[in-house]
Amino acid sequence: MAAPAAALEFRGAAPWRRALRLHGWTIAVWLVLLAMVPYWRSLSEGDFKFDVRSLAIDGLPLCFAAMAQAVVVISGGIDLSIGSLMGVINVLSAREMVDMSFRQALAFSLLLIVLTMLASGFTGLVITLTRIPDIVVTLGMLFVWLGVALWIMEIPGGGVPLDFSNLALGDVGSSGIPNATVAVFAALVLVWVPLRWLRPGLAIYAVGSNRNSAYLSGIGVSRTRVGAYLLAGLFTGLGGLSLSASSAIGDPNSGATYTLNSVAAVVLGGVSLLGGVGGLFGVIAAAYVLTLSKIILLLRGTDPNYANVYQGALIILVVILGGLLTRKTRS
Amino acid sequence: MSDEATPLLEARGVAKHYGPVVAVRAVDLSVSAGEVHALLGANGAGKSTLVKCLTGVVRPDGGTISMNGREVRARSPMHAARLGLSPVFQDPALVPDLTVAQNLRLTGSSVDAVRSQLGAMDLKVSFRELVGDLPLPILRMLDLARALTHDPQLLILDEITAALPSDLAARVFDVMRDRRERGRSVLFITHRLAEVTATCDRATILRDGQDVGTTIPEEGGEARIVEIMLGPEAARAEAKASQLDEGELPEAAVTAAAEAPAVLEADDLHVGGVHGISFALRRGEVLGLAALEGQGQDELFEALSGQRKLAAGELRVAGKAFRPRHPYDAVRRQVVLVPPDRLRALLPQRSVRENLVAPLYNSPRRWGPINMRDEGRRVRGAVDALQIDMRAARQVRRLSGGNQQKVTIARWLASGFAALLCNDPTRGIDVGTKLQVYALLRELAADGAAILFFSSELAEFPLVCDRVLTIYGGRVTAELAGPAADEATLLQAMHGLELDEAVA
Repeated sequence: MAAPAAALEFRGAAPWRRALRLHGWTIAVWLVLLAMVPYWRSLSEGDFKFDVRSLAIDGLPLCFAAMAQAVVVISGGIDLSIGSLMGVINVLSAREMVDMSFRQALAFSLLLIVLTMLASGFTGLVITLTRIPDIVVTLGMLFVWLGVALWIMEIPGGGVPLDFSNLALGDVGSSGIPNATVAVFAALVLVWVPLRWLRPGLAIYAVGSNRNSAYLSGIGVSRTRVGAYLLAGLFTGLGGLSLSASSAIGDPNSGATYTLNSVAAVVLGGVSLLGGVGGLFGVIAAAYVLTLSKIILLLRGTDPNYANVYQGALIILVVILGGLLTRKTRS
Repeated sequence: MSDEATPLLEARGVAKHYGPVVAVRAVDLSVSAGEVHALLGANGAGKSTLVKCLTGVVRPDGGTISMNGREVRARSPMHAARLGLSPVFQDPALVPDLTVAQNLRLTGSSVDAVRSQLGAMDLKVSFRELVGDLPLPILRMLDLARALTHDPQLLILDEITAALPSDLAARVFDVMRDRRERGRSVLFITHRLAEVTATCDRATILRDGQDVGTTIPEEGGEARIVEIMLGPEAARAEAKASQLDEGELPEAAVTAAAEAPAVLEADDLHVGGVHGISFALRRGEVLGLAALEGQGQDELFEALSGQRKLAAGELRVAGKAFRPRHPYDAVRRQVVLVPPDRLRALLPQRSVRENLVAPLYNSPRRWGPINMRDEGRRVRGAVDALQIDMRAARQVRRLSGGNQQKVTIARWLASGFAALLCNDPTRGIDVGTKLQVYALLRELAADGAAILFFSSELAEFPLVCDRVLTIYGGRVTAELAGPAADEATLLQAMHGLELDEAVA
């Protein structure tokens, strides 16, 4: 036999091409956001700093909702109960905080975040124990939380301490950087980034990418999925509290729009609905893109009913465009 | 230190059933230290299930497993690795959306250790590559390298060579020899008996979930193993099929085919890794394509079956230009494909019948009410021709691998074809089914079909083919007559080496 044992080297794509494939989408969404700015400025007559702050405040709950959704979707699931769970936190905090001092309100917030994590983790536990698909269980939870919110507070009411509101509405000192932006990036950098580079974060990606391979790699698949829901609960809790802080009122229906908008932000932000692909940085940009597009349509005086049509079309268009570009860099 | 007589691994009466299906009935297996031990058996004999029991993927229902005389029970693959049992599974255990380095981090493997194991096998892979971008054979080698970093007392290789080209398989055999020299053991699972006789010290053979014998494989003793593996009845069928490789490929048939009209002609094809391939596939012949991994054969098959656009070159079917832009075009011109990954070709949740007749309803003319009688006749014909086991026919995914493969071929029998493109049709199926596939292909050719046949198993070429083209670097390097295409000659030509004498 004349089989020469030559060294075999596998050479993949060029490094820049690989980087573009891994991070291209994230970069592109941020560029889209930047590109929208001049048009927004040309329509608005307000002060730039003031407008930026409004954008940050408007986008705050959606940012957290989208981060929660992204974690679950990356792990291979989907959570339709995020919005209504945010609503529960909103009414619960507004009912209880109305007579609290700022300190008490902060302590109570921590308690609520832990509660949200437990609630979301419970959903994850039900999913992994019963092996019922995520979409079914979380759809059920959507209605459960909606009912719970109405049970806590039938009509909008309650309130939060002024200082607590300022957490969302104010600026950092006199720097002009809105607290709302800082909150989002602090959550990203303090919670997600460290996880992303450690085993638990990798495990979330692994489980979403291919459950069998992850299992054979020694990952506890169920444990990881429940962990993803726990983490999503953390962001959902922050989202619910930011609803209370920014609106200073409790409304049992306040969370309704966030579930589907969070899915939209996740898709727009480059997270694959099949799991395992994408990151939270792009999703944050997407949440701002969605918020800003709504503001722009409002400034243009578009009928709010049509605004949804434009926004829906925009999402589809961007995702199609992104898909085409991705295919280009792949081949 | 274990005493000489105590085997490294001793499994007694291991049993596992899934619901009412008994996968492993009662298996005894004993592997000594410093031994390369083969685990053999037809598809569904219980090899993979036994491996899963040993490595903690599933919990056995009964029996005991001991390492060095002490009873152990692996709770997970990771736990098994700590017990000294490192498996390389049939499915790659690497997560596709993570890079190689991230995958190693996930399992806590040392990057340097894996790199040096790869280096010892003369392989170089960039660890920043996404696993999903790497070809399957490289993934198998990575899995192997990762398992080796644990320096396991028992390395378990579950059909690792099934998806490997022969040059990479040779490196696996080197690893196995090296393990033996270090006093470590290997449990080697394969369908390729020549590999067993060449590399293994002992072989345990399973049939229907039971061990039916342990032998010392010798060069040329393959027939004996097949006999044990298949049982007395099937061995007779095998004897009938083996007449094919001796008697029924006379020189005359080869020349007759050379004069037959060409069904599919390729002229200077360029696509992907294909850089100018020409051939004529004639009526009544099986034309073999032999190549190492990644020499352009996959792109060639994709182009011929309409999945990929040609960059340059011309195709003709029955003398008329053929430019398929969709598999539909190819199927309409009766150029049909049996792809290497059968689950890609099948509708796994649907029944055998639906799978068989699906291609029939391509043409809008056949829409509307289904002619059940005609459909039933075609299905029965195809099922009989291939002897498909219809016991689990309600869902194709429940069939054994060999049976699924038969369905991928049978559906083209049901709808009719002019040229059959077989890309590794015998990958991962048992010897008995393989023999049926060989016989079927010869029969089809005798009835006037034209068949293009790629295989990763070189021994199949002289059995099945009238002619063999070897491809290297996207070009045809040699044309051999079927009977002359022995392993040594093929390997030489597949590596792009000049043949000593013109064999064509």
